[in-house]
Order: sequence, then structure tokens, then C-alpha cells
Amino acid sequence: MLDVPPLIDRRAFMKLMSAALALSGAACSRKPLEPIVPYARAPEMQHGEAALFFATALTRGGYAHGVLVESHQGRPTKIEGNPFHPASLGSTGPLEQGRVLELWDPDRSRAVLMHETVSSLQTLQAELGARLAVLKKMQGAGLHVLTGAMSSPTFQRQWQGVRAMYPDARLHHYEPVSRDSVHAGAREAFGRALEPIFHFDRARIVVALDADFLGSLPGHVRYARDFASQRRPESVPAARMSRLYAAECMPTITGAAADERRATRAGDIEALARQIESALSFRSRSSDRWIAAAVSDLSVHRGESLVVVGEGQPPAVHAIAHRINQQLGNVGRTVDFIVPPIGDPSDGDSFADLVRAMQAGQIDTLLILDSNPVYDAPIDLGFGAALSRVKLSLHAGLYVDETARAVRWHVPLAHELEQWSDARAFDGTVTIQQPLIAPLYGGHDRHEVLSLLTPGAELRGYSGVRETWQAEFGVDAFESRWQESLRSGVVAGTAAAFESLSSLEARPATRGAVARSPESNELELHFAPDPTVWDGRYANVAWLQELPKPLTQLTWDNAAFMSLRMAQSLKVTNEDVVEIAVGDRTVEAPVWIVPGHADRAVTLHLGGGRRSCGEVGERRGVDAYALRTLAAPCFLSGMRIQSVGKRFPLATVQPHHRMEGREPVRTVSVRELARNPHAAKRDSDARHPSLYPDYQYNGHAWGMSIDLNACIGCGACTIACQAENNIPTVGKEEVRRGREMHWIRVDRYEAGALDAPRTAFQPVPCMQCERAPCEVVCPVEASVHDAEGINVQVYNRCVGTRFCSNNCPYKVRRFNFLSYVRDEPSLNAQRNPEVTVRMRGVMEKCNYCLQRIVRARIASERENRPIQDGEVLTACQAACPTQAIVFGDLNDPKSAVREAKNSPRDYVLLGELNTRPRTSYLAKVTNPHDESTES
Amino acid sequence: MSAACYGVMAEFGSAEALLSAVRAARESGYRRLEAYTPFSVEGLAEALELPPSRIPLITLIGGIVGGAGAFFLQWYTAVIDYPINSGGRPLNSWPMFIPATFELAVLGAALAAFGGLLVLNGLPRLRHSVFDTPDFDMASRNRFFLCVRSSDAQFDVARTSEWLRELGPLRVVTTPAEAHG
Amino acid sequence: MSAEAAGVVRGAGSTAPVLAGRYSYGSITDKIADIVLEHRSGPAFWIALGIAAAFTLLFLVAVTYLFVTGVGIWGVDQPVAWAFALTNFVWWVGIGHAGTFISAILLLVRQKWRTSINRFAEAMTIFAVAMAGLMPILHLGRPWFFYWLIPYPDVMNVWPQWRSPLVWDIFAISTYIIVSILFWYMGLMPDLATLRDRARKRWQQVTYGLLALGWRGEARHWQRFDSAYLLMAGLATPLVISVHSVVSLDFAIGNVPGWHSTIFPPYFVAGALFSGFAMALTIAIPMRSIFSLQDFITPKHLSNMAKVMLACGLIVTYSYAVELFDAAYGDDPYEKFAMTNRMFGPYGWIYWTVLLCNVAIPQLIWSGRVRNSPGALLAIAIVINIGMWLERFMIIVVSLHRDFLPSSWGSFVPTFWDWATLFGSLGTFALFFLLFVRFLPAISMSEMRRLNEEARGIDR
Repeated sequence: MLDVPPLIDRRAFMKLMSAALALSGAACSRKPLEPIVPYARAPEMQHGEAALFFATALTRGGYAHGVLVESHQGRPTKIEGNPFHPASLGSTGPLEQGRVLELWDPDRSRAVLMHETVSSLQTLQAELGARLAVLKKMQGAGLHVLTGAMSSPTFQRQWQGVRAMYPDARLHHYEPVSRDSVHAGAREAFGRALEPIFHFDRARIVVALDADFLGSLPGHVRYARDFASQRRPESVPAARMSRLYAAECMPTITGAAADERRATRAGDIEALARQIESALSFRSRSSDRWIAAAVSDLSVHRGESLVVVGEGQPPAVHAIAHRINQQLGNVGRTVDFIVPPIGDPSDGDSFADLVRAMQAGQIDTLLILDSNPVYDAPIDLGFGAALSRVKLSLHAGLYVDETARAVRWHVPLAHELEQWSDARAFDGTVTIQQPLIAPLYGGHDRHEVLSLLTPGAELRGYSGVRETWQAEFGVDAFESRWQESLRSGVVAGTAAAFESLSSLEARPATRGAVARSPESNELELHFAPDPTVWDGRYANVAWLQELPKPLTQLTWDNAAFMSLRMAQSLKVTNEDVVEIAVGDRTVEAPVWIVPGHADRAVTLHLGGGRRSCGEVGERRGVDAYALRTLAAPCFLSGMRIQSVGKRFPLATVQPHHRMEGREPVRTVSVRELARNPHAAKRDSDARHPSLYPDYQYNGHAWGMSIDLNACIGCGACTIACQAENNIPTVGKEEVRRGREMHWIRVDRYEAGALDAPRTAFQPVPCMQCERAPCEVVCPVEASVHDAEGINVQVYNRCVGTRFCSNNCPYKVRRFNFLSYVRDEPSLNAQRNPEVTVRMRGVMEKCNYCLQRIVRARIASERENRPIQDGEVLTACQAACPTQAIVFGDLNDPKSAVREAKNSPRDYVLLGELNTRPRTSYLAKVTNPHDESTES
Repeated sequence: MSAACYGVMAEFGSAEALLSAVRAARESGYRRLEAYTPFSVEGLAEALELPPSRIPLITLIGGIVGGAGAFFLQWYTAVIDYPINSGGRPLNSWPMFIPATFELAVLGAALAAFGGLLVLNGLPRLRHSVFDTPDFDMASRNRFFLCVRSSDAQFDVARTSEWLRELGPLRVVTTPAEAHG
Repeated sequence: MSAEAAGVVRGAGSTAPVLAGRYSYGSITDKIADIVLEHRSGPAFWIALGIAAAFTLLFLVAVTYLFVTGVGIWGVDQPVAWAFALTNFVWWVGIGHAGTFISAILLLVRQKWRTSINRFAEAMTIFAVAMAGLMPILHLGRPWFFYWLIPYPDVMNVWPQWRSPLVWDIFAISTYIIVSILFWYMGLMPDLATLRDRARKRWQQVTYGLLALGWRGEARHWQRFDSAYLLMAGLATPLVISVHSVVSLDFAIGNVPGWHSTIFPPYFVAGALFSGFAMALTIAIPMRSIFSLQDFITPKHLSNMAKVMLACGLIVTYSYAVELFDAAYGDDPYEKFAMTNRMFGPYGWIYWTVLLCNVAIPQLIWSGRVRNSPGALLAIAIVINIGMWLERFMIIVVSLHRDFLPSSWGSFVPTFWDWATLFGSLGTFALFFLLFVRFLPAISMSEMRRLNEEARGIDR
């Protein structure tokens, strides 16, 4: 009842002090020792000496995402996408944005630990040395290394070095969200493990089977860009606009983007796939409307259609998809295959083998590198117990996590922004990772850690990576190519070659286990990676914890997601706690009803219930791994569920999801649009008369256009804005009070039936009204207009009456009800020096990234030229994977934003209030199979 | 002697008695009269033939100054000194200036009325000869006093006191002049 | 003979006395002055004082914690950025209005019965407006900068934004409290002189002597006093109407559905008098028995106040009806929704409670038996006080929690500190009032003497 912010307790105090110590010694601006190279062609917003950009890559599950890191006086502050990188094309997802906060996280591991007590690397090396001497004699038998998925050529080369010293040493990979079944599926279809590469820009018809290719598949940011490119009425003729069919259990942003969505339990996908296959091959017409529609579309779009299957589906389903694509002649057109960038899992030894060996006591020394199996391994393997039978266990990780507490030795790992290495993108393209800053907390990069096993033959990141590429580039060309690779963020010509069509002869279907019939009455439990904390590894990143998860708008917790009907049958509602039982294992989780979720199924997102990762992330949500077995990593049937009569509060940022007939999001079908280009216009759009004369904006007149048709609701804009503008996180209790601070929020609306809703997303920043209601009621002129029409907020003048917020019809203003800024040295070092940090009691809001406009103005004035169109990118615009946000000068007739606003789809929010917003929207366009399903 | 005293004071028990005494005094030519009453007695001012009060004029001036000042302040600060686009409204959005103008007009008038009252009445003045008059503390309870000032042309302590006694007051006393130094 | 002479003053057109019992200038003066000078007060007074002091302490704690921590300790949120503080503000200002109405407007229309209640009503005004004036300052995010709303040449070279109703508030409220204090003090001067002259204790003589500013009751002073007092009343009358009109503009100027309405100024003024007279009764009825003032504050006064209260209640009822009519007849979907939501939304119960308290129950006052029963009037008055507070809460919070974009809809849940601030301010108000009754004449002696003049009372 009393909203008292937590007083600084002893633990927090110790953290603060240690952070202070860690950083006191020239920490923040500590440059890496080796020469790092700034980004080649400076992105426009780079002008001004304050900020430098460096190209590097961030990996998840081994797949690299090329990024540019903004660095102020040697302090990395912001992540941008790398336009040259195939997985980025200049954009990022929300998770990449969060990584810079992870870098500065004061909760990161800071010291070598022996059984959780501070020790030293020397002591470790001494103990390890003794063991290794023994192991060497035994050819390394009993020496095992466990890592997450790895795509680093240098790491592979280094491992060969280890094998040379210890021939019998073994390397194991484990990823909670793995690509194994994808590769296995390819093996089933083509006889070898392959990675499919999709070309959504060439696909007219896309059938996504439990495949969240917009939100989670490797390369999803790139895929989102390609997908959106085929749905712009301005550039794609109505007849050619792509149509997306999606069948999925838990609604994802891919399902939300679909023209035809079908709620299907993950376990029923296989049957669905088989039906499609047979319907295609035998020209039979299915009774199921969705299947019939999909099949008819696929069959008439041979060579320009695509069936995509998610990594959660068993190999058989992937094989079916491959056969269908082959049959439709899509292979080589809309889908290609390459050698898996993270290597073929069958090359390494399986994780299960490792655990069995551990249990058998055959493991002498185990190095766990950047992996947290004690938390996320399949529960039935009993990894934790097995670990105790390993003589010397050594863990290297960013945090003192669950595994770090279970092993004998822990070594703090360097962050990806603190290390030299290399990594492959989803298409095989290599990026050389260069450090933005020397390790903040004395971390050791993964090459150093692996080198612990090869005393005398250590491989240092910098030299190691250079050696790797010397071999590739050749001695003479090396320096120039090395420089060029660092500068551009990609190593030219490293994209994997597509497998030749001739080598891709799909084998006939192996009569494998016949799929469960869709009528199966067993309840299904479905696991999916969390949209923000992924498999749990980002649990301690406050930005990601507080980023509303698309489609649930939940923050800080995961929950048992289910359909309304399922909840009614259980007689539970939101926040009621249910007990989910699989075999003799149980988990208690709060219910959250998700319209459009498949019936008779419950989805748990991974990544909750961390027991050890830091102040921010511990005990958030429920631990789905407690129910996840080796046999059923993604879904299982036969779950039991019951209400336990308790309640658990959840924090959502949007309690209400219907439009109430107010149509904030306008949707038209592509056919309507073809018939009438102005189908998205309404009577209320007519410019309303006003008593007041218009202000003249003779210089620039900044404006923004947001294409709701392109927006996929991923939330990258929200967190990019948070990073750019030093927006604090407020914590679960404050979010529950409705006090979240995001300057640009992504609203989610649902229309239609609750079991098959049409979902629409709408990013809402400040509208920058020319007749701003907020300004008129501000008594102290803290909210005023500047000469270029931006509604600016003068923080140091604001006294906090909050009248402006009441009077803002869009409710985009955010108020510092309490002191939300965590004043910790490392977090302060992350902040953008060009943006004021707001104190308690003042109002704040989006200002079109004024600091970026100023930066561009200074640059243009120095070079004595006008600011060019596209020179100023707002943070949200820069991050957006689908380029849904366009920003620029409305006074420039040729500007992109002007062009966007000339579209007949253009409309302003609540135009009838005559606030004259500078930010306007482009109506959403759907392309359903037939008129009957149109909005 | 007359210079040494403030005046002769007659004490009455009722407003009527005082009023008739005042009228009698005026008729018999006394001009420098003062009347002290525990409440505002109807007709007393008329009986004393007092000039009309200047309070209304002062109040009017105060109101005009307050209102005009307020409007000028708003116009000057919003249009001349700190012109800024606030909500797309014109700089001189005079209709929005009216509330403050009205309030300050009222404030000006009220301050003028109160200030005028004090100044014209010569208050605060804690020390005054009449307080030395015996029984004068009853002037604020239930007694009514008529004072013939020594500065009156016809004034003579003995004769004036005698004359007053004929009016049938409760008593007649001489009020000494303020002790100087 | 004086006994026969002493009479009973009757109010115009009524047989009920506005001054019961037989009194003379002297005895009236003594009876009223002795409350102040002799300090004879029963346990009731001390218990009341103790409770008031306790809540005042709570208020101080709540405010201190607020300043140290921030408005986040309250339930305010997005979208409900205003809640208890502003509700209290509007409610307290409204209560103030009855005092001015009684002392100014009833004076202008020469209502005799006003004489024995205007003094304490004015005091009620001053203390209520003081409480009201605190609220907008407390609710600021950075209260220590509240003076930025006042125009002065500051180092930032910035001036207040004159189009903001909050700036109008500053002028309206400060003018209102200053004028109220001047008006009140002017009326007090003769009485302070009386106390000065009647006081036996030295400190009383000195204190009241200083406060009386040397008032002598000279005919010229009385002449100027009368004209100034009348002018003050003439100024206070439009002022009191303007003040709550300006307060209503805090909402009417805004575009929130449920706020943006032209009926607000008259609606708010009527509501203000309604709650103000309710509070006046709530105070008068216990006070007359605690200090045995039944002879001065007679059933006549109570029933007259009740009648005015009823009249205001009817205007308020009419306003409720007009709000609904506007929404129904108008073409604004947001306004329509706001009204439906007000009646049947999550906070629907508040709407119906408001109707019960402010529309239904006050109708009992039509009955003479109810009007003449102090107990019944007290009960009704308290109900109306609650109803009017809820009405302001309804207008502010219930309108805010669901405005234009459904995505931003939210709710409001008060915290302990919200309640502490409300009841704390009530306690502080009560404390001020009790001290006032103890140290200053709660009834104007000079005016009572004048009233009694009609009784031709002479005592020897």
C-alpha cells in the first residue's frame, strides 16, 4: 500500500562501492590496448567529435548480428545496426539494444571464484596445471569443454589446437533454444545438415508453421525487412502483395502480421503439415478453410511461395516443408541452403552424452564456457547432480549464475563488447568482433579462457583472430583487408555459398512416427523463448525486463499463457495461480489469457525464475526449465493443470485491448485499397477550422510518419529510445501503478473474436502537435514549441503540475513520480552525455531526439550546407527492422516523410481534436485470402 | 488651561441620548465635536454633519490600478519580453488574460479600501488622549461618549462642562491633553 | 424595568427569533467576550482539540514524507495524474465559499440573521482556503519551486504562462484569501478593542491592544468603517463567484471528456456553496452547544442555512442533469462514453453514491421538522460534505482514468498517504478553528450590539 522506494540496503551498498572501486581507476574511458578501427562510412548521425562508432557483432546462439556501437570518450553508450551486415541492414531487434546495458551491469561477475569465494587466476592455473599434466598423459581423455553454439572460426581453430594437445578431449555444445531439429530435418530431407536461408523478398505466399521468422529465427531482423518490402502498397502492386499464412500455438508477432492466422497447438503442426503436403500432391481439397486457402495459394504460386517451419518443430516437419518447397520449385528461389554457420551438431559430441559421462564419473575436468546448464539444461538429465561427480569443474560466464555457484571454479567472462573474436551471421558472413572498451570487471575473453587448457600455447584474442584471418587473407593483403573488415563490420566474401540445386534431391518421406491426431484431447505444454529475456541469459538487463512483451504487454514476469476458453474451463482468470504438472514435476505459474492462443494448450516462456544472476533478474517469473525434458524441448502433451487458489500480481502496461470503435489503428484490405485508394480516409480527417492563425515555420519543420503496415510490434523502437534518451526503468511495482517511462510505446489492439483476433500494433511517441494541448495548460512555460515545431519539454523549468499529461489525449507524457534513476557509477557511465538525466518530479517525453537534430545542425553548419533529408535518424527510426518510421523535414518537398504523408493511407490520431499532430500514421493493409475474412 | 486639556467628555447610556446630545450641541453652536460609540449608530454621522467618506473613491482607484497593471503585466511579458509559441496560440491571447486581470482588480480595490480605512482613521495609533478618560473602556461595551474638543471656538472647560451636564449624561469629565515628552 | 425593556429581535418576515433570550449591549458583550477572556471550556472542547491536534500531526508527517520522497507516495499514476490532492483542493475552496456568501452577500441583501454567524463563517472560509491553497503546492512534483507560478523578474528571464488555468488559480486563490482576511480583520477591529478594554490579564490587554490598532469607536471612524465594510462586501461578492469559476476552469479548459464543458463555472459555484453551507452547519451545530451559544445561533439560523443549502443542492442537481443531457444530445462519442463510464464503469458506485448524498437526501430539508431539528441537519450536512467530496473525485479521477485512447486506460488506487493527507487537512482545519473560537470572538460583538439596538436595551 505504501509506495516507498527500496532504501539502499547493505547488499546494494556493497555493489555500489565495488562498482565505484572497479571504475575508479580510469575505468569508464579505458581504451582497449590493441588498435580498434572506427566504422567506415559514418552513419549520418555520427557527425560531431563527441560520438564515434565502431563496427562489431553481437551473437546469440552463435549467430552474429552486425552492429555499430556508439562510443562517447571511450564509453559504449548505444547500439545501432550495421547497414553493411546481412543480418542487420542497419537495424536491430530489441535484444541487441539491451546488450549495452548488460555490458555496464554492476551485477556482472568481477572475480575468480573458488566455491563462491574470491580467489585468483594464479591459484586456478596452479590447480589446473597439475590436472592438465595428468590429462596430457592420458591423451586428454576426461577433458571436456561445454559451450553454447559457436560460429567463431578462430574458436574452431583454437579448439583444433586443444585437440592437438589432448587428442581425446571432447567439445560439446548446448543451446536451450537450439537449431538441432532444423539441421536434423535437413539431414532427413537431403541427407546432410543444412541451414535454410529464406528470401521473403521473393515470396508472394508464405506459410509459417510455428515459425516466428519476424521475432526469433536467426536473421529475423533481416527477414522482417524483406517481408515488409513486399507489403508496401506504394511500391508493390495489389496483385503482387505477399500473403502470410501462420499456424502457431502461442501468438507471436509473426502471427500478428499474418493475413490468415490459425491457432494450432505445436503438437498438431506436424499433422497440419502432412495435410498440406498431401493436399498439394494429390490435388485434394481440404475441408479446413485455412488449409484449403493456403494450399490453393501455394499451388498457384510455384517458385514464389515459401513454407517455413520453426526450430521448435521436430525434424520430420522440417523435412515435410523441404519436400513441399522442393515440389513447388521454391528451392533456389525463395529458399536456399548453406552449411550451418554454427557447424553441424553431429560433429561435436551431444550434450546428453556429456551428462551421461558425468554421471558415470568419467569426466575429470570440465570447462563450461559461457553456458548455464545448471539452470537451463533439460531437467531430466540431472545436470546439477552430475556436476558434483566431476573432479574439476570450471565455469566462465558474465554473471555468477546458477552454474557458477555449482562449480568448483568460476572465471568472469569478458562481454562481447570487451573482446576480440569473430562470428558468423545466419548466412555465414563473418564479422570480426573488436572490443569497445577494455574489460570493465576484469573479465577474460573466451579465447583466454580456452587457453587456460593449453599452458604455454595460449591464444590471445587479438593475435589469435589476426592469425586466423592471415591464413584467409594472405600476408600481403592482410593489413588492408583487416582494416577494411574492422571498418565495415563484415569480412567481404565470407557469406556461405548456396548448395547447388542438383545436390538437393529431397528423399521420399520416411514413414516416421505418425503425428498425433489434432483431436487428441491431451493438454499440451508448449515452451518458447521469451521475447525479451530469451532463454534467461538477459534476465538481469532491466531494459529488457521492463520492455513490454509483444502480444501480452507483460513486463518483469512470464506466465502460463492460455486461451480464454481454456481459462474458463479451468475457472481461472488473469493472475490466478495454476499448478502445471508433467509426470511428477510441477510448477506454479500465474495465468495470463492471450486471445488467439491455441485451445487445450499452455505456453510457458523460457527464461523466468532465475535463481542467481543479479539484483534485477532474480526470481522474475517462473522457471519453465523445471518441466522441460530432453525428449520434449519445445512441446509435450499430457500436461496436467489445476488452479491452486492463489493469486500472483502481474505487471502489464496495457490493461485494455479493444479499440472501442475509436479506430486508433485503421485497417484496409489491399483489395479495398485497389478499388479506392482513399479507403483509409475518414470524414474526421478534413482539416478543422481554428480560431487561431497558423504559426509559420520558415526553417525546418520536423515531422514523422509511422507505417502501421510495416510495423511488426517487436519493440525495438521502445528500447532504442530508452537507450538513447537515458530513460530509467521503474520496476514491477511502479509498472503495476502505470508509471512506466517509455517515450515511445507500442500499443496492441485486438479486433474480432477473442479466439481468432486480428491484432494490430501502433507505436505511439509524442505527436508533436502544432496546437499542443499540453503547452496551453503549463503554468511555467516548461512545455513550449521551438522554432522548428518540436514540442519541447524544459526539464529544469518543470515544476510537475502534471496538467500537461492530463491534457494530452495521446497520454505520451511520462512523469518521474519518484527518483527512478539508479545512481550507480557503471550505469551512469552508460548514459548518453547529450541527454539530461531527469530528476524526481519533472515531466518528460519524446522530443524527436532533439540532440540528434542538434548534432546534424552543428555538422551542417560547420560544412556550411543544409541538413540533408535522412541525415537525422531518430533512435526509434534507426532501430526499426522494417523501416516503419520515417522522420524528416516537412518543409522539404522531396523529403521521404513528405512523400509518406502524401500517401492516401496517411492519417493522424484523434484528428477530430484538431491538435494538428506532426506525427501521422499510414493505415495497416491486410491481404486475406478472400473478402469474407476482411476487417 | 484650555491648551492643557483635550476636551470635555460627556458619557451617555444609550445611542438616543448621545444623538440628541449631539444635535443639541450642534444647535448651540459647538463645531469641534467627537462622538465615541460601541457600534456604528444610525444617524450619528448626519447629526455630526460629517462630510461623505472618501473611501469609495480610493477603492475605485485601487481597483483600476490593480486591473490595468495586471493586464499590462500579462501583455508585456507574453508579447514583448518573452514571446514564445505556446500551443499555437497567439502571443496576445487577451481573452486568456482576463481572469488574472479581474482577480488583481479586486485585490487592488480591497487593499485600497482597507489601507484607506487605516490611513484616514490615522490607525494604528495605540496611544491617544481619550483613553485617559475615566470609564472610557466602556466606550467599546455599552457607553456613548460626546467630546467637545478644546480647540472649539466656544470651548471653555467650566462652561462647556456645565452645559453638557444639562443634557443629563451619566457623567461629565475633562480629558487631559496627551502628556508630551 | 430594564428586563421588560430588553426585547427579542425577530428576523424579517418570520416569527422565529434570530436572537433568543433578553440581552443588552453589556450582557451580549460580556457573554461573547467571556468565552475568549475567561477560558471556561468543558471537556468536549479539550477532546475535540486533542483529536484535531493528533490529525494535524499526521498531516505534518504525511507532508514531510511527501517532500522527502515525492508524489509517488500517492496513488497518482498515468493516466490519473491528478487525484486526491486536487479533489481536496476543489472541495476545500468550495467550503470557503459559504463564509463569504454569508458575510458578504447576505450583508448586501440586509439579512439580519447573518449577524451572529458571519464571524465564524468567515473564519471557516479563511482556514478552508488555507487548506485548499496547500493542496496544489503539495501535489507538485517539485513543490519547492511553486513560486515559479508567480510573476517576478527571475534569473531565467521566464514568466508564468498566462494561458494556464493554474496561473489563474494562483491569482484567484491568493486574492481570495487576502481579501477574506482583510474583510475578517476589519470586522474584528472593534471587537478587539472591546477585548482590549475588557481584558483583566496583562498579556491579553497587550495582545488585543496591539491587534485593535488603537480603535476608539469615533464617529468618523465608524462612518469610514461602514463604507469600507460595505465596499469589501461588494468586492467579495463577485470575487467569491469568480474564484470557483476559475477553479472549474482548471478542468473546463482541459480537453478530457467529462471536464471539457461550459456548464462548469456555475455548476462549481453552486456546488461550492452547497458544500460550504453543509460545512457551516457541521461546525455551527456542535459549536453552539459546546460554547452554549444557542441564544445567538438559533434554530432560525440553522433552518435558513439549510434552506440556502437546499437551493444550491437543487442547482447542483440541475447541473448533473445538464451534463447527462449534453452528452446524450451532443455528438461527441468521447463525452457520451465518459458519462456512461461514470455511471456504469469501474467507479460507477461513486456516481450513484453522489446522487444519493447530493440529490436524494437533501430533499429531506423540505420538511420543516427536519429543518428545525439540529441533529437531523447535522447528519444531512455531513452526508453532503461526503457527497460533494466524492463528486469532485468523480469529476477528476473517473474522467481521467478512461480518456481518448483505450490503450492508455488505467485506474487509480489511493495509498495510505492519500488518506493521511485528506484527514490530516481536516484535522488541521479543525485545530485552527478551535483555536480561533478560543482566542477570538466567534460572534461579532459590535454587530450584535447594533442588532440589539432595536431592543433599546439600557443597563445601569
